[in-house]
Amino acid sequence: MTKNKNLLSWGLVAAVLLFVAVSAFAPRTSTRLGRGATAIAADRDLTPDDIEAALKTYMPSGRHDDYIMFSSGGHAGQVFVIGLPSMRILKTIGVFTPEPWQGWGTGAQDTMDILADGAVDGIEITWGDTHHPALSETGGEYDGQWLFINDKANARVALIDLKDFETKQIVKNPIAINDHGGTKVTPDTEWVIEGGQYATPLGYEYAPISDYADSYRGMVTFWKFDRLAGRIDKSASFAMELPPYWQDLCDAGKKVSEGWVVCGSFNSEMATGGIEDGNPPFEAGASQRDMDYLHIINLDAAIRVARAGQTSDINGFPVISLERSIAENLLYLAPEPKSPHGADITPGGEYIVVSGKLDPHVTIYSWAKIQSSIRAGNHRTDSYGVPILPFDSVVEAQVEVGLGPLHTEFDNQGYAYTSLFLEPAVARWTLGGPYERLHPEKGWQLVQQIPVHYNVGHLVTAEGDTVSPDGKYLVSLNKWALDRFANVGPLLPQNFQLIDIENNGDAMKLLYDMPMGIGEPHYAQIIKADKLNPWEVYPEVGWNPTTGTIDEHAVMLGEERVERHGNTVEIFMTAIRSHFTPERIDIRKGDHVIWHITNVERAYDATHGFALPGYNINVSIEPGEALSFEFDATNDGVFTYYCTEFCSALHLEMMGYLQVRP
Amino acid sequence: MTPLLNRILGPRIPEEDFKKRPFRYLLPNLLFTLAAVSLIISVFFPFWRMDLKAPQYPRGLELIAYVDHIGGDVEELDLINHYIGMRPLQEAAKFEMSIAYYVMSVFALFLLAGTVIHTRWTAWLSLPAFLFPAAFILDMRWYMREFGMNLDPKAPLSSSVDPFVPTILGEGEVAQFTTLGYVDIGFWLALGSSVLIIFALWSHWAVWSPLVRKEEGKSN
Repeated sequence: MTKNKNLLSWGLVAAVLLFVAVSAFAPRTSTRLGRGATAIAADRDLTPDDIEAALKTYMPSGRHDDYIMFSSGGHAGQVFVIGLPSMRILKTIGVFTPEPWQGWGTGAQDTMDILADGAVDGIEITWGDTHHPALSETGGEYDGQWLFINDKANARVALIDLKDFETKQIVKNPIAINDHGGTKVTPDTEWVIEGGQYATPLGYEYAPISDYADSYRGMVTFWKFDRLAGRIDKSASFAMELPPYWQDLCDAGKKVSEGWVVCGSFNSEMATGGIEDGNPPFEAGASQRDMDYLHIINLDAAIRVARAGQTSDINGFPVISLERSIAENLLYLAPEPKSPHGADITPGGEYIVVSGKLDPHVTIYSWAKIQSSIRAGNHRTDSYGVPILPFDSVVEAQVEVGLGPLHTEFDNQGYAYTSLFLEPAVARWTLGGPYERLHPEKGWQLVQQIPVHYNVGHLVTAEGDTVSPDGKYLVSLNKWALDRFANVGPLLPQNFQLIDIENNGDAMKLLYDMPMGIGEPHYAQIIKADKLNPWEVYPEVGWNPTTGTIDEHAVMLGEERVERHGNTVEIFMTAIRSHFTPERIDIRKGDHVIWHITNVERAYDATHGFALPGYNINVSIEPGEALSFEFDATNDGVFTYYCTEFCSALHLEMMGYLQVRP
Repeated sequence: MTPLLNRILGPRIPEEDFKKRPFRYLLPNLLFTLAAVSLIISVFFPFWRMDLKAPQYPRGLELIAYVDHIGGDVEELDLINHYIGMRPLQEAAKFEMSIAYYVMSVFALFLLAGTVIHTRWTAWLSLPAFLFPAAFILDMRWYMREFGMNLDPKAPLSSSVDPFVPTILGEGEVAQFTTLGYVDIGFWLALGSSVLIIFALWSHWAVWSPLVRKEEGKSN
């Protein structure tokens, strides 16, 4: 009887909620709900909270998401574009890994060249471990123009153009073999920060690990971004040598702290491992001390030093030596509790939030206090001579948020959100100082912990690392999914959880679980969708997406031809619904083939693919795009090339024969 | 002046009467000028449009006819049309479009001539401009019929779409497309010109026919 009563009251609540929500969301459509809706809720055992979550995330067909999230693809080496609040994947962007749908690195010459720029010391790398995407900013706000992302495994940085969502450049760090602390951008995207991680001899040299303290070094690289050219300008970039403390994430100062950069670190013990020799393993050795070092870098001064040429040359790249940094007052350290993982600067730049991974607190440093401590001078130094600011002189507050705090982002209500790996949960806590008036609670205190499923790494809030976060949504990037989804074998998807943070106080609510079965994404950034203004089709027929101009080998309708110069055959082809021109190509074994294709379509979504079997070629030619590829016709036979995008009713007929005579 | 030219130009404005009733003489001139201006301006505006809708074109497609060119989604329409074997739209009315500017300028000059010619020649000279809107529609209809009825039998979809005459005014249907054809600003300007011509000729007749008859009576 009680059970029935319960069911009845739940049903009633659900019905009322549905009615109210639907009336609010769709005032112009019929607000009359069929009895079916409550029956479905009862049948599927949905609570009122479930129904509310469903109503907040459901997108009717054709409606677009309010926010777009750019997520790293982890060791998929790619970037995923995801709509919020629906949590639908909109696109995969090939970055460090070949991606056949986009024709990224599967033949098209320009894409092969960009990937080749990411070779490490002459060795081709066909994957990456993408970690931290960074949207370009103007005045500390996302401007929706560019996206940067680093490859932790090989210390590389890629640049994606948000006009066509394609990768335009990969730069290999000339001094580091791995990185972690990037990418982050300065408030006007003049510099892209790539922090290092595991210390090595710089310039991929050899030195025995017994020389660790003398020969191994950390680093941070500042890549100059030339917005006009739309490229990172390697020749105007530089790096700074740092002590071998295993620097972790960096962040760029903003507003009051603009012109400075901070980076955490987690092996100030300078542990060198060697469990096989009876030494403490890294996990223990690097966790001995109660404090590691927050690195505080005067970027503006470092730029002056680099521009004055006061740098050393390592592998052809200008590097400010540690001695020079100390002499020029470019670098300070501040103790930070224990093996921290994030150093995140508040929207106004007044505070740095550090999470001591092995300490249940977040530690908040005051920018004003750091500046007065620097001015006070007379500091003790570490073994390399880097000045250490006394902990008590720079700390503003410590907030006990829970176990395993990692990363912090912010909202528009004066709250900070910290991921708690061990709980696992997301903590909402209050900022003090100028943020105190934004929320009803006192500053520097824990407000709510919301459980997440499970083992959260990064979290991200809407525009949460800009000077004006939007609040509204938080995504918890969970490393373990365990029981959240159907078992798909021993390798499980990660779990992105969408959390509603719109209301203040302890009102955070879990809205949605999104399985991510493609890689292990690390960090993501969320931008208001209307800030993005990508092309629908390339601006003109014959457009080369890499150069951003008309391609010199663009083929216009009526100009299709095959030219032979000795053993080189050059094919000029157009693609339009539903045929390639030419459709028959006759060559000889041993010919070198240079193949140009232009998609002469102007219609939205009229993309053609081009696959050539046997020669490992698949390209994607979007409307207006011109591209080229080359190969040696080493095998004779008859090869059927065809369009790989279902472009029209006569798509299957969009094919041709490449005949290679013996 | 030669007698022939005099016969065409007809009587001149009687100065005495003009001073008394200037508006009577100026009205036809004003109306002819307005008609000429309206016709010339129409060149810059679309005469006719067709909105095409199909599920895979949520924003629709449009075809726009000006007197001197075809606008809108011509490339895409040609691309679709090639499946049914229709000739490219740019091949339609090529000659008419190439001379449209000159012809319409001449028509407008003919209208302006009405301000100095005071005989029935004025009516003959106004006729081309008066008939222009109807001629435009008939010409377009002829080409539509020509293009729609003469589909290439070797085209990929020739077996599923029979030759047809596109509906140029009102709703029509072709394969998965519904079409809506309607006249637009340019046509209304040209039609306005025709209406103005009627009033111009009427006022012209009222002023000059008595004088013409008087002169004819004299010469007889």
